[in-house]
Amino acid sequence: MCLAIPARVMRLDGGKAQVDFGEGVLRDVNVTLVDAKVGDYVLVHAGYAIQTVDEEDALETLALWKEILAAEKEQGS
Amino acid sequence: MAEKHRFRDPELAKKIVQKIQKVTPKDEPVKFCHVCGTHEWTITHYGLRSLLPRNVEVIAGPGCPVCIVPAAEIDEAVQLAQKGVVITCFGDVLRVPGSNVSLLEAKAAGADVRVVYGVSDAVEMATREQDKEFAFSAVGFETTAPSTAVEALGKPPENFSFLVSHRLIPPAMELLLGVGDLNISGFIAPGHVSAIIGMKPYELFPRVYRMPTVVAGFEPIDVLMGIYMLLKQRAEGTARLENEYSRVVKWEGNPRALEVMERAFAVTGGNWRGIGRLPDSALKLRDELSAFDAREKYGVHVEQGKDILLGCECHLVIIGKIKPDECPMFMKACTPAKPVGACMVSSEGTCRVWAKNTAAQKI
Repeated sequence: MCLAIPARVMRLDGGKAQVDFGEGVLRDVNVTLVDAKVGDYVLVHAGYAIQTVDEEDALETLALWKEILAAEKEQGS
Repeated sequence: MAEKHRFRDPELAKKIVQKIQKVTPKDEPVKFCHVCGTHEWTITHYGLRSLLPRNVEVIAGPGCPVCIVPAAEIDEAVQLAQKGVVITCFGDVLRVPGSNVSLLEAKAAGADVRVVYGVSDAVEMATREQDKEFAFSAVGFETTAPSTAVEALGKPPENFSFLVSHRLIPPAMELLLGVGDLNISGFIAPGHVSAIIGMKPYELFPRVYRMPTVVAGFEPIDVLMGIYMLLKQRAEGTARLENEYSRVVKWEGNPRALEVMERAFAVTGGNWRGIGRLPDSALKLRDELSAFDAREKYGVHVEQGKDILLGCECHLVIIGKIKPDECPMFMKACTPAKPVGACMVSSEGTCRVWAKNTAAQKI
């Protein structure tokens, strides 16, 4: 029920947007709760975008974890 | 999206598991609790429990919003359906047992019950079919409540109303800390509830209860990293609130969603199936929106229903006291095809998740 799926905003029309869930699955969702631009990823739950997904942050997070894991290895912790 | 696959990277998973092994205390039992059906799905589907040291246990708390809807509120929906009101609901709600019948059984007997993807589809139906009365069974935690709020504030048609069953997660987490012999060592907090409420509502867990708390996402790497962060806090002897899911969860949550929830709902006490009444754990429409409150509009109030059938141990599964396969009915009298308890009905119910992922569920 709290499942939310990332989708890319393809077209904006007021409070509605057409989003792409990948592999051509398109749907109109309500985007009034977020500030989304065309091309952004949003997290969609029950027909509503509930948050934007920060792609840069996602990549940085992964890089950071790899770094932390590597650094801690060197320290032998 | 491309990074999704990186959050399933087996090499990175292996590294995290190695780190987990290093920071885990040798003989002491450690028990982390999550409160989200989607977390249970990730953990079970990817067999993450099998990757953890034997003394590290991850249990599922009341994280399935469909499972905890009390029978009384299903009975109210059934009563409305039997009065001729079209009931719209999420697919998972359809088979949740009421005291006597589920909405699906009411539908089989001729009531008009329709599954919708979201509340806006239900509002559209009511707009199109002005000759009928519609009610939406608004089930869900903080992830779902903002969509109900937007529609309630957006002047729905007069033939539309809400049967609000929304519940709030932090009070349920606090309840778990008071359950004797549950002995939780840390919380994996739910990512998508947190996308809305942010981090602040969890502050009391480390501060008041000295309970390490990490908000985590739903990919296998997210969950493993969340467990590692909790174990690391434990090893350091600290209790902090950390955010593993920063690509989605901001400290302040989604202020716009919180604002519409605040305008549409008042916080009140609410019953949880298998748990009982929790203060300040439920939402109800504010008085100025009472014209759209189905209970007010049609005078439907069921005080008490039959939540747990004889032999069903959903009430123990819901709070993580037992695992699904410790219930004598699991996969015998109670199966996904013929569920007895609510935990076997919803796709996020712990029993159903275990039933559908049998190969990976064992520790």
